[in-house]
Amino acid sequence: MASAAPLARIYGEPLAELPDDLYIPPDALEVMLEAFQGPLDLLLYLIRRQNMNILDIPMAPLTRQYLEYVELMRARNLELAAEYLVMAAILMEIKSRMLLPRPATPEPEEGDPRAELVRRLLEYEKMKLAAHRLDALPQLGRDVFAIAVRVERESAARLPEVRMHDLVEAWRRLLHRARLRAHHTVLREPLSVREHMSHILRRLGTHRVLEFAELFDPARGVAVLVVTFLALLELARERLIEISQSDPRAPIYVRIAHAQSH
Amino acid sequence: MLSPTEAKRILEAALLSAQEPVPLAELRRLFDGEFGAEALRRLLDELRAEWAGRAVELVQLAGGWRFQTRRELLPFLERLHPEKPPRYSRAVLETLAIIAYRQPVTRGDIEEIRGVSVSSQILQTLEGRGWIEVVGHRETPGRPALYATTTRFLDDLGLRSLQELPPLEEVARTLELETAPAPPAGNQPLETRPAGVGE
Repeated sequence: MASAAPLARIYGEPLAELPDDLYIPPDALEVMLEAFQGPLDLLLYLIRRQNMNILDIPMAPLTRQYLEYVELMRARNLELAAEYLVMAAILMEIKSRMLLPRPATPEPEEGDPRAELVRRLLEYEKMKLAAHRLDALPQLGRDVFAIAVRVERESAARLPEVRMHDLVEAWRRLLHRARLRAHHTVLREPLSVREHMSHILRRLGTHRVLEFAELFDPARGVAVLVVTFLALLELARERLIEISQSDPRAPIYVRIAHAQSH
Repeated sequence: MLSPTEAKRILEAALLSAQEPVPLAELRRLFDGEFGAEALRRLLDELRAEWAGRAVELVQLAGGWRFQTRRELLPFLERLHPEKPPRYSRAVLETLAIIAYRQPVTRGDIEEIRGVSVSSQILQTLEGRGWIEVVGHRETPGRPALYATTTRFLDDLGLRSLQELPPLEEVARTLELETAPAPPAGNQPLETRPAGVGE
């Protein structure tokens, strides 16, 4: 274990083993282990922490340290992504291939067994740093804020436009409607049943007896006829007039009711 | 005929009231074609200079021109709103970086680079922010979606194009990597950033 990466550095001195009496909060290690973004991230951490030459990775110690971390995660029941185990297999495979005697004249196909791993580590590290740089850029809504001056537009755009012409038009329509209504009211007054009752009584007052048909003036329209008829019925109901007919085909006469019937 | 000063005031009002960056073509509509693109750009540059030293600056972005608060004022603004907006996780940021620098990429490409699986939630977070979008599908089994960054991504990070992304840092020279086996065909990310993607 002596060659293992120090657990920590205290005042610059590497600390290889945890003091027995050191209390580590139970969650601290988990937090640290979970911070790794995956096997590549963990490998980069191990390589960079020990200033290993990434282009000439010492496979044996790296593999051992990697496996120690994986074992630690497993022992702590951390959710161990399958990728960690795949990487462990890759590391061990590379390590074993490094142990094979290399042919004097290497075949062109046969490169450094670490090359693909190194390529991936470098590419990942590039992206990891790029992510940092992206995060450092001023971000809208976090570091800078867009200016949106509250403009009248919101309210102004929603209010319909009114032009002089529209007003004139509206007034004209209003006048027209008023004229209609005025006409209407003129009609309505004579149409009132009460008024026709009075009118009939006045006529009967001067003529005493009138034939039913004489009370109606077809020239004034159907509405007046109806109202007149209603007025007659109302007068009859109130016993103010008498309507009489001697036989079914005889003319109907209307007269003021006799005072005593009151 | 508008004087340059009047034209600048009109531009100013349009930009101050806009919710989103306003592209030059749209700004031209303000003047019924009275100003050409070049003349307008000059006016905008003048306007930007006029606002120098104010709390608000006029910036040019991929999606057009926008007024925004100066970044150095943020610490003071934060005193009014102490709760800071949540930061994206490393997983989200790394995924974003891979899409930004290696686009268009599939989820598989991202997983290959990160060495771990990429959850749908990560992609949804970025899509929801309007920073990435599906721009096509790779014609391989499963037709995986190809992701790319959007104009909004550039706008929100204050960039005019992908060319303005921070350059990738080479931590270690790859001189000795010449012995590396040929990378798997078809899946190899471009080493150079795509040019002119952020039109």
